[in-house]
Amino acid sequence: MRHTISVLVENKFGVLARVSGMFSGRGFNIDSLNVAPTHDPSLSRITVVLKGDESALNLAVKQLVKLVNVVEVVDFKEGMAVVRELVLLKVKADTRTRSEIMQICDIFRAKIVNVSTESVIIEVTGDEGKVGAFINLIEPFGILELARTGQLALKR
Amino acid sequence: MKSSTSPTSFPQPEIGREMKGADVVVECLVREGVDVIFAYPGGASQELHQALARSDKVRVILPRHEQGGSFAAEGYARATGRVGVCMATSGPGATNLVSAIADAYMDSTPMVAITGQVFQKYIGKSAFQETDFFGMTLPIVKHSYLVLNAADLPRIMKEAFVIARTGRPGPVVIDIPKDVQQAKVTPVFPATVEFANPTILHTPRATDEQLNQVLALIAEAKRPVIYAGGGIISAEAHKELTAFAEKTNIPVATTLMGVGAFPETHALSMQWFGMHGTAYGNWAVDQSDLLLCLGARFDDRITGEVSKFAAGAKIVHLDIDASEHNKNKRVHLPIQSEVKHALGRMIELISAARFSPPDTQAWHDQIATWKRDQPFDSSAGFGHSPHILPQEAVSTLYELTKGDAIITTGVGQHQMWAAQFYRFDEPRRYISSLGLGAMGYGYPAAMGAKVACPDKQVIDIDGDGSFVMNIQELATCHIEKIAAKAMILNNQHLGMVVQWEDRFYGSIRGNTILGDATNVGGPDNLGGLYPDFVKIAEGFGVKGRRVHKKSELKEAIQEMLDHDGPYVLDVIVPYTEHVLPMIPAGKTVKDMILK
Repeated sequence: MRHTISVLVENKFGVLARVSGMFSGRGFNIDSLNVAPTHDPSLSRITVVLKGDESALNLAVKQLVKLVNVVEVVDFKEGMAVVRELVLLKVKADTRTRSEIMQICDIFRAKIVNVSTESVIIEVTGDEGKVGAFINLIEPFGILELARTGQLALKR
Repeated sequence: MKSSTSPTSFPQPEIGREMKGADVVVECLVREGVDVIFAYPGGASQELHQALARSDKVRVILPRHEQGGSFAAEGYARATGRVGVCMATSGPGATNLVSAIADAYMDSTPMVAITGQVFQKYIGKSAFQETDFFGMTLPIVKHSYLVLNAADLPRIMKEAFVIARTGRPGPVVIDIPKDVQQAKVTPVFPATVEFANPTILHTPRATDEQLNQVLALIAEAKRPVIYAGGGIISAEAHKELTAFAEKTNIPVATTLMGVGAFPETHALSMQWFGMHGTAYGNWAVDQSDLLLCLGARFDDRITGEVSKFAAGAKIVHLDIDASEHNKNKRVHLPIQSEVKHALGRMIELISAARFSPPDTQAWHDQIATWKRDQPFDSSAGFGHSPHILPQEAVSTLYELTKGDAIITTGVGQHQMWAAQFYRFDEPRRYISSLGLGAMGYGYPAAMGAKVACPDKQVIDIDGDGSFVMNIQELATCHIEKIAAKAMILNNQHLGMVVQWEDRFYGSIRGNTILGDATNVGGPDNLGGLYPDFVKIAEGFGVKGRRVHKKSELKEAIQEMLDHDGPYVLDVIVPYTEHVLPMIPAGKTVKDMILK
């Protein structure tokens, strides 16, 4: 089962290694991982998305709770949280294809944040379904590079 | 009624005089009440040793290997419950601490390990004797610090000791770069510490509702058993456990970590259970209808095949660490609580409710029959062998010390026999590397325990394999006048591996003979014995004696006990003995080997 685990931690060096080590040491592969400070700069939020055996994952979460630099751990079940991801895509675009790409962006409320003669950079945010659909539609134009934040989640 | 507290009584931080970072570390050790540290110097920790030399408040014991020093710190901690402290330099000094840190993590031993680190400007440059010790130890510490600023030292040192001893104890690493040791600071010693994680200082306590649920289960039980672990000892809850077992009339089997948590000579004691534990303890747990697990963690050496473990029982799991609940075994009633509180409160609830224990006479009769039919010493004495048997040596030591010694062990057959044939009526008397199973633990742990308890007999019951792994600590004991004694059950083999070879691998020897394989020593071939432990001991200035005659065993052990200093007693025993009973790994009580 897919889990989105949100870990509020002290913003100190080594904390990310402790948190990610709790998963890697148990053989979990992390699908996505995001870390950034919160509105309180002394705290960071780590959002981890991973698949795994339910009970093994629960054990890992219980270990996370014990880490000295961890303030709070929430394991979001389906529907418990608002989940979003930001993706940047560099897509092949010339005079023939640019307007079609722009139309697709409009439908998805994606933004073109950079234009050059041969490509555009698109910023799109959304949940997994929307981002997936958008990438599918853009794929035929030729994706040159892609970077994504990984899932972010906040409890509803 | 208490008068109102004046604001001035709120604990205030204290500002010290200006000093070097290294002196701050020593000052913090003194403030934490540390009276001894096992420390091996090197370039990156030299400043700390200089600071220790400037102070006369902390005894510094120089081990002959950092691993010995760190196991000694553990022995000290296990014997007292206080935080054991060891120190090493960067790089190889630090990596030599890793086994003890992992051991302290597995066996929940409070320990602070201080390491020197290269200058900050050299970190990440593959400098001489540089290792990322912070990174290397992440999975085996309760917490760790890399100190980047000398002004942080007082807070970090205080936090480290609090973390090491609070809740479920464990090891804390403090890695201190040399420039931080040298930096001049005006330290501010905090009176208290706080943590962003609210669970660190919070002591979980079971509610009365939860405890009444437990008592209700006890009232209905026909075949209850208490399964008590090392948590009882960490929590200093052994008196409460005895009172609780007596009030509820429930038989008690401990884990090896829990040996001594309940008096083994008590009528309700089934000693310890698990792979090599008492047959009756294992049968009772297997047949129980209510299993009260107190401060233990369903280790695979306890449960065997976990799905078949206590399959007919309702299981209550009381532990301070919620991450142990349903980790290895799904239980019916997990309760997160400090166990001393839980037991103490249940005793109060029993008295208040005029609780009467259930009628379990039939169960007690059954256990008594099992005890009579299958004691550890099933061959009724050791007379059948012309040679000194290893079990016999332990048994004789028990007799001659009247059960009043601290016993440490290495890892292997001797470790099991020490637990089987020495009876422990008090906690902190059986000190052994149980979770990690680190050979070489015994003698340095004895050294640490003896430093902590100079008035007690401290004896390392060891194997000839394990003993060699930290034999250099004989030098420490000689120079530092630490009267830690070693009784080696010398069978010239890695006995436990040999036992597995004999049972499961057709007796093919895979590097398990410690001497010359073409001339294997033993009680029948004294000429083949290797090495000569008495001569080695003599080389270190330590008295040693070899004994191979049954008739001389008692007198030889007495000589060891009477000797006023470290001592090596080399007891020559046959390698053919197996530790029994035995539940093979991953098997069940039904597969227990008794012969």
